[in-house]
Amino acid sequence: MDKKNVYLDNQTSTKLDDRVFNSMKPFFLENYFNPQSVYFLANHSRLALELARSQVAKLINADKQEIIFTSCGSEANNLAIKGIANALKYKGKHIIVSSIEHSSVLNSSKKLIAEGFEISYLKVNSKGEVITEQLISLLRKDTILVSIQYANPEIGTIQNIKKLASVVKNNNINNNFVAFHTDAVSACSSVQINVKDLNIDALTISSSIIHGPKGAAALYLKDKVPIVSQIDGGIQENYKRAGTENIPAIVGFGKACEIINNESFKNNVFIKNLRDKLITGILTKLKHVSLNGSIKNRLVGNVNFSVNFIEGESLVLFLDNYGIMISSGSACSNKNLKISTVLDAIGINNFLGQGTITFNLSKFNTENDINYVLEKLPYIVQKLRNISPVYSKFLNENKQEMI
Amino acid sequence: MSFYSDKVMSHFKNPKNVGEIKNADGIGEIGNPICGDMMVFYIKVDNNDIIEEVKYKTFGCVAAIAVSSIVSEMALGKSIQEVKKISNCDVAKALGGLPPNKMHCSNLGAQALHKAIENYESRCKK
Repeated sequence: MDKKNVYLDNQTSTKLDDRVFNSMKPFFLENYFNPQSVYFLANHSRLALELARSQVAKLINADKQEIIFTSCGSEANNLAIKGIANALKYKGKHIIVSSIEHSSVLNSSKKLIAEGFEISYLKVNSKGEVITEQLISLLRKDTILVSIQYANPEIGTIQNIKKLASVVKNNNINNNFVAFHTDAVSACSSVQINVKDLNIDALTISSSIIHGPKGAAALYLKDKVPIVSQIDGGIQENYKRAGTENIPAIVGFGKACEIINNESFKNNVFIKNLRDKLITGILTKLKHVSLNGSIKNRLVGNVNFSVNFIEGESLVLFLDNYGIMISSGSACSNKNLKISTVLDAIGINNFLGQGTITFNLSKFNTENDINYVLEKLPYIVQKLRNISPVYSKFLNENKQEMI
Repeated sequence: MSFYSDKVMSHFKNPKNVGEIKNADGIGEIGNPICGDMMVFYIKVDNNDIIEEVKYKTFGCVAAIAVSSIVSEMALGKSIQEVKKISNCDVAKALGGLPPNKMHCSNLGAQALHKAIENYESRCKK
């Protein structure tokens, strides 16, 4: 097969859907008005903003006034953690977060320590699942906030948010209101989310991972749940998030949510088939590899493998040479030279962690893409294993082994 | 601009002198305590103390693989005394520079090679 570009890093960024792009266009050159302005033409911006709010709300079964637009998922997570913590601090200063959260949740909560908050970290099992019993044991009288990521972009594990939220809401230790937040950025393109059924207080959702534009995201905040704004200024977003609304991005975000609402069922079946073909193909064509994360509770597009005896960054850049774009959680591919916090949390050993790669598929991938990966990957893995002293040691110890 | 220099990428894509030497005159193995990378260098030395063959195996990132490749080229055909003088800076320079957080990989190459020489010299004394 000739060289082609195959993008399989869809938890980092996604291709814009054409319909999303078209919905945004008028808001650059024609309807560029500030929705807060009083003249007639600004009505277009105001209506567009409110339509997008309804579209986002509908995707997660929220009420439209419960949607706060932000600039990105990180901002929404910052607002949730710092904003709710500060609004509830008179009741207590204890926060529980999982150890596999996005850095925007981990670092927001870490920053609160200087303000006298205490953070407890939930462990996960080897599949990346939060353990309910540990959550119960961590709850204290002064706990005010729990934040658990809905699904993990790296290993694909989906948490049982309904159960975890109910554990927090029905505990006997703490009779106060304990807010439950979930970062659903990785989940919202494929997992059906109903905030009322989940009985949660806050949820983060972002546009850039759902074939929408960068520059728009939202925090769902349940009616009457208190929050302290993190960006102060004007009256936008009901005083909860100041700043001129990024109308083109918000319009695109709303459209992207509408498309998911209408088409995700069909797309999920398609993506899951491709994913399973990739998983089966890798397991058939490569020895000494292991699939990380849960098999059952897994994002439809996620594939995460540890490839023994080689290092992930080398593998990623070799694949890039053939136009295949993926990511790695290895120490060498992280700027801080440690294996990813997620791999560390699921207890993977350092050597195996070094060879860990992540594929995240989308509706724009094709069967040809997967065939192409399955053609190139074994060759590249073998090439890197041939250079690896760890592999030659292994072969010497198991001489009968032929690959 | 890409993360790595063209020189690094070219050595990474086509690493020179990969392999092992049976009956090597010196073997040097080194592990990187920071990220877990590993390098093993093998040398064959002639009667005039010239390195006539050098091979290696590397477990590691793009930088680590490129470093071992260029180090093998720098050492081949040189005298033991000359090779002892090869420093990490020489290695990084020869590769057209390395990203700051990858500089430690250049240490690995020179150290593994020097260890192979130490191993060779300790055998000579016996």
